[in-house]
Amino acid sequence: MAVDTISAPAGGGFRRTLVERRDEQRRTRALVLGRSKVATVLAVVVLVLLAVTWLLPLAWAVDTSFKTEAQAQAVPLQWFPDGGFTLENYRTVLERGEVGRWMVNTLFIAGSVTILTVGVCALAGYGFARTRFRGKNLLFAGTVALIAVPGQILIVPLFRQMEAIGAVDTYQGVILPQLVAPVMVYIFSKFFAEVPQEIEDAARVDGAGHWRTFWSIVLPISRPIVSAVAIFVFIGAWNNFLWPFIVTNNPDLMTLPVGLSTVKNAYGTIYAQTMASAVIAALPLILLFMLFQRQIVKAVATTGLGGR
Amino acid sequence: MSTVTTPSQAPTAPPRTPDVPRTPRRGRSRREGSGWPFVLPFLLVAVLFLVVPTLWGLGLSFTEQSLMGNGGWVGFDNYAEAFGDATMWSTLGNTLVFTLISTVPLVVVALVMALLVYTGLPGQWVWRLAFFAPYMLPVAVVVQIFVWLYQPEIGFLNYWLDRLGLDKVGWLTDTSVAMWSMALLTLWWTVGFNFLLYLSALQAIPDQMYEAAALDGAGGWRRLFSITLPQLRATTVLITVLQVLASLKVFDQMFIAFNGGSGPGGVTRPILQYIYDTGFTGYRMGYASAMSYIYFALIIAVAVGFQVLTSARRKEQRRGR
Repeated sequence: MAVDTISAPAGGGFRRTLVERRDEQRRTRALVLGRSKVATVLAVVVLVLLAVTWLLPLAWAVDTSFKTEAQAQAVPLQWFPDGGFTLENYRTVLERGEVGRWMVNTLFIAGSVTILTVGVCALAGYGFARTRFRGKNLLFAGTVALIAVPGQILIVPLFRQMEAIGAVDTYQGVILPQLVAPVMVYIFSKFFAEVPQEIEDAARVDGAGHWRTFWSIVLPISRPIVSAVAIFVFIGAWNNFLWPFIVTNNPDLMTLPVGLSTVKNAYGTIYAQTMASAVIAALPLILLFMLFQRQIVKAVATTGLGGR
Repeated sequence: MSTVTTPSQAPTAPPRTPDVPRTPRRGRSRREGSGWPFVLPFLLVAVLFLVVPTLWGLGLSFTEQSLMGNGGWVGFDNYAEAFGDATMWSTLGNTLVFTLISTVPLVVVALVMALLVYTGLPGQWVWRLAFFAPYMLPVAVVVQIFVWLYQPEIGFLNYWLDRLGLDKVGWLTDTSVAMWSMALLTLWWTVGFNFLLYLSALQAIPDQMYEAAALDGAGGWRRLFSITLPQLRATTVLITVLQVLASLKVFDQMFIAFNGGSGPGGVTRPILQYIYDTGFTGYRMGYASAMSYIYFALIIAVAVGFQVLTSARRKEQRRGR
């Protein structure tokens, strides 16, 4: 599946005119729903209801974040509070500074995890797909078997290990255990295996070895899968909770999910302020999604099923 | 998402056996060098941070460790204790309850969303944003938003229940409701992921199938049940398997929502949290490791069970043809 699915130009997608797209949508709609007006209306109603329901918690959180605590807890609930909105919560949260600090930490950690994981797994994927060496089949089978091991069962021994090498409460302690992604090796190897042999042969004739071929030929034409895996790993690392939570106690090193979960105890009843910090924490990835929706949707579709 | 065009290219193609990808032909010149250096970095991290802790954990599970120090080898004592530990069974039960009540809506609602969006109504961008955006949120944010919605007096949900003349619900305090509240939160948070998987599977169904059905005079419902849903069968199996495995690993939501506590009457504490509590609060790392392995065995059993079921069914289908 890999090569075609991912690298096929999106039907000229980027340059497709809006009109063309609208026509296509109309055609699918007619095909799927039939020409029945009732069905179309029903579909619209249910879809809108679902979408509103899904956006409501976010909307209410954003709304609350612009209220004073008194407004937030006032009955009856008001979307537009008497006395108007306030930016006070955001000022307080930003002045406290920790959310910004956690965001920088998360960016650094998720960024490192992404770059290193993609590098390590792409290399291994190529090694398994396109090179020969003794014990390759056995190692590949072992890698596939490792996919089954849930990281959650490793928290105790991994923590002991980090203690032993003095990596508790360090960035490397958070990052290193997150680099092992056998499923990504599998996805890469499946993709690389389908890169046409002729392309590589041509490079060989020109005297390129494995490394040259990998860097200058295979990797550049594999950009779609690389970005898909990178996006997938990044979202996972950005939102990862359990391991960073276990290995960090120092608030200065915490990631957003971990830091926010500790704040709750301290300011449990200050809902308006909590919502402001939640909105700040939510913003980066929501923006990311708005900017790269096409790529993210594709990344989920291609890697979400673990290469199956 | 117009990229996925034919069924054979769909990400939902039946799982292939994990065969080793094609090897270059023999007789290549030596200067290519060996492939070892390519796999070495991965093997290094995999051994250090996956294989070693897996074996270490297994070793730990046969020892007694506590704050008092290392009590040494105790054989199968930890396992024997675990099997007689009512808390382990009840937390395992909680995890299974969550898996059941979360998986069903996470598959069904995702399917409904994908079907509706697939009809090509205008505003694709907005629908995808609405359904998938929550997935991009850190778990702590999701929990904070829902704790606020679930607030007993002034929370959005109870406020409106009250206004509509219904009884208020103890979303986080009622023992028979708390787990449903966690499932609802999880549905909101992660359904977008399954939704996208379904959407791309739908886009892989060839238009010709619908066109042919339309020529045969099949109406919308007929097409849904005779084309769309059958075409989605393999995807549904995969999504369900992945969802069950994901739901069995539940921990974050409950842990954060109840501040590390076990919820009303202990009903929301999943087994992973019991393992965490045992290892990191009770400092009984040997016992925690033993329970980790019991839990691991369960995960493997579920995964293998699904594998056997699906391959048996596939064989049956082949024979049927």
